[in-house]
Amino acid sequence: MSRKIFITPYIVWAAGFIILPLFMILGYGLTGADGKITLENLLAILDAVHYKSFGNSLWLAFGTTTLCLLLAYPLAYILSQRKKRGSKLVILLFVLPMWINFLLRVLAMQMILSNTGILNGILSFLGLPTLKIMYTKAAILIGMVYDYLPFMILPIYNVLNKIDVALIEAARDLGATPAVTFRKVILPLSMPGVISGVTMVFIPSISEFVVADILGGSKILLLGNVIEQEFNLANNWNLGSGLSLVLMVFILISMAIMNRSNSEKGDTMIW
Amino acid sequence: MKRNLVELRNISKSFENTLVLDDLCLEVKENEFITLLGPSGCGKTTTLRIIGGFEKPDKGQVIFDGEDITNVPANRRNLNTVFQKYALFQHMSIEENIAFGLKIKKKSEGYIRDKIKYALKLVNLDGYEKRKPASLSGGQQQRIAIARAIVNEPKVLLLDEPLGALDLKLRQDMQYELMRLKEELGITFIYITHDQEEALTMSDKVVVMNQGYIQQMGTPEDIYNEPENAFVADFIGDSNIIDGIMLEDKLVSILGHRFECVDVGFGTNRPVDVVIRPEDVILGKEGEGIIDGIVTSLIFKGVHYEMDVQAAGYEWLVHSTTCYPVGTKVSLSVIPFNIQIMNKPESDDEKAVMLDE
Amino acid sequence: MVKAKKYAGRIYVALIGFLLYSPLLILIVCSFNDSKIRTVWGGFTLHWYVDLFQNEEVIAAVKTSLLLTTSAALIATVIGTLACIAMSAMGSKMRGLMQSVANIPLLNSEMVTGIAIMLLFVHFMSLGVGSMLIAHITIGLPYVILNVMPKLQQTDKNLYEAALDLGASHVYAFVKVVLPELLPGILSGFFFAFTISMDDFVVTYFTKGAGINTISTMLYQQLRRGINPEMYALSTILLFTILILLAIINRLSVPKSTKEVKY
Repeated sequence: MSRKIFITPYIVWAAGFIILPLFMILGYGLTGADGKITLENLLAILDAVHYKSFGNSLWLAFGTTTLCLLLAYPLAYILSQRKKRGSKLVILLFVLPMWINFLLRVLAMQMILSNTGILNGILSFLGLPTLKIMYTKAAILIGMVYDYLPFMILPIYNVLNKIDVALIEAARDLGATPAVTFRKVILPLSMPGVISGVTMVFIPSISEFVVADILGGSKILLLGNVIEQEFNLANNWNLGSGLSLVLMVFILISMAIMNRSNSEKGDTMIW
Repeated sequence: MKRNLVELRNISKSFENTLVLDDLCLEVKENEFITLLGPSGCGKTTTLRIIGGFEKPDKGQVIFDGEDITNVPANRRNLNTVFQKYALFQHMSIEENIAFGLKIKKKSEGYIRDKIKYALKLVNLDGYEKRKPASLSGGQQQRIAIARAIVNEPKVLLLDEPLGALDLKLRQDMQYELMRLKEELGITFIYITHDQEEALTMSDKVVVMNQGYIQQMGTPEDIYNEPENAFVADFIGDSNIIDGIMLEDKLVSILGHRFECVDVGFGTNRPVDVVIRPEDVILGKEGEGIIDGIVTSLIFKGVHYEMDVQAAGYEWLVHSTTCYPVGTKVSLSVIPFNIQIMNKPESDDEKAVMLDE
Repeated sequence: MVKAKKYAGRIYVALIGFLLYSPLLILIVCSFNDSKIRTVWGGFTLHWYVDLFQNEEVIAAVKTSLLLTTSAALIATVIGTLACIAMSAMGSKMRGLMQSVANIPLLNSEMVTGIAIMLLFVHFMSLGVGSMLIAHITIGLPYVILNVMPKLQQTDKNLYEAALDLGASHVYAFVKVVLPELLPGILSGFFFAFTISMDDFVVTYFTKGAGINTISTMLYQQLRRGINPEMYALSTILLFTILILLAIINRLSVPKSTKEVKY
């Protein structure tokens, strides 16, 4: 069929600007400054500094993902129960921040959390002791949760909203209490949404460096910061590429595990 | 004798190594209502799509009005299709939908306007010009799809299960509507369905297909009364299909009992399939028929009672206007004319090939 | 009991809403605050806005962003839509392969995508507007495909055939019948690509040439330097632009459905 010709620009594009660049990372990551093949850049993740930054990244990514999930699931659930007119507008309201420039949201957080910021302003107005949140892990965590929360809400809401009410009624009809209905019917059915929400939050937060830069004040290094600095300050592209490769493989493996555990769960849930 | 309008000559078609049509030959006469009938996957839709020009056959020719149109693209064929799910253009109004083909043919505005009016009147939807397809019911949309096709004055109208998505009552109304339309327009209809009742009601000629082969071709009466093989018998209406042995001409042994029949030429002591329609089984008092049995189930169906009768180790399906309650001992008999004898196929493949010759 | 639960739910929704929006509200308030200290209200002023429009760095960044984003979204939409049309004609295996390639930039972190493209350009060419444009098209493409492909699969294949059946040529059938069906998908694909590109910081940061700034990278520089109240003004303008854009898009898609309901 002649229609298949239309794929050509895309194939050229994908080969040139999606596949080839990945090989560039592979090329740089697996060679040393002298051009010889080496695993040094990958093993560099075991260096104390890198290892610690990776630990920070993991801690913050897990923390962000968990907090987002805990905050977003009940919200998405409550919103999905509302089937009245205007509920579409309400969900839009919660998703809207997704479209607002990421740095702008970081800026807003900086204004609130900084030592002379709004939060401390309110605290001192109330005569309470002020907090030193800025430039701590807590500040980064708050900033990241604020940034990524909408990305967790939307997919969970979408899945919950599509669940056929008849299924819930059927469960109730068969004698399930609301709690059992939730655990045995709603929760398993909403897993795909949870998975995609977790993906959408976890991937960007594991490689985060901007929030840490602004709210952490370069005091807390994340893997993302290390990689960024290798490229933009140290000019050690081989090391930067090597660490990027480690990050990439880590993301791929965690995605694979998550999708598998989901499908396994899905299988057992049927019984 | 009317001449052939559409002719398929030795058509074969496969998709990804699956043979869908094998050496199919079919003739459609002018002004005929022909129905391709079969279960899904039998090749009927592919046959229609080859005639419409949406698929190219791997082998064989499509002849239209004496010309070979095998390589003519769909948009240059003088026939139109009514699709199963209507395929109305949702973003256009009804009148724009109907005018679509005419505008391409660069007809004058006045001509198009008259045609739309005429077509809408024909399908009993006058006044619907400005509406959008989505605002119409399924039956109305189907009428619009038909109107959109016939304004182009095709010599042949191809209909791909056009009533499949409608509910029973509406389907029956539309069947009469289609028959009336065909009479008024005087064009050839090639119709596809998996509903045997629909096929028998509407068609001049029914083509029963299975697994890419034509199983039987004939008038609805022929197909119903004289199915040529077990597949056709089973597919067309309810039947008792029983193993039998042809003892000699006009005498068959069914379940160890001798039945007179009218078939000849099967040889002697030859295993055959015997088809007996449920309405042809005559129930009587025990001992008065050929086999005795006992009624095991009874369902009232309106026009008749449907009963299962256990007799001679076979569960007979019987339709009768007399009611015999469950447990009644009865006798079964069949008049010779109503016993249909068929050769046993040796294998599934042969089941089909045999009839193709 | 039920009522209490209902109110608890409402309070929870309101609380999250408050947490999401109060920082943005503060941002807006500060843009009108005639005081350099955030916690002190110095009276209403518009002079941050006046300053903003006189700041050449800001004007340049806005121009770059608009130009880059619009052209990247347009090109991504064309390439992506064509690819979808081709993919719909392919077998399921081939289509699966193509779609997983399309999803690579989605699964990869933005940082890896940005670095990968940067390496390509530094190695073979040099960074500049070209590398930024290509990077932005690349991150927009998967979103176009994600939006157009389902529309194409929803579209009744018979529609195209019905048009051919009525005598239309392939091009006429596509333009008159298929394209209108795809249009909502194509538009939302464009919109997605546009906002993804407009929002992007990470990929731009790695692929931008020296001295070129988009709104995002300029904001980042400002944030590291210590913020200037002009940025609050810029943020407020951006916020309202997005609100208006979303409202327009909502308007565009809503009347259609109500029109159908009316009949």
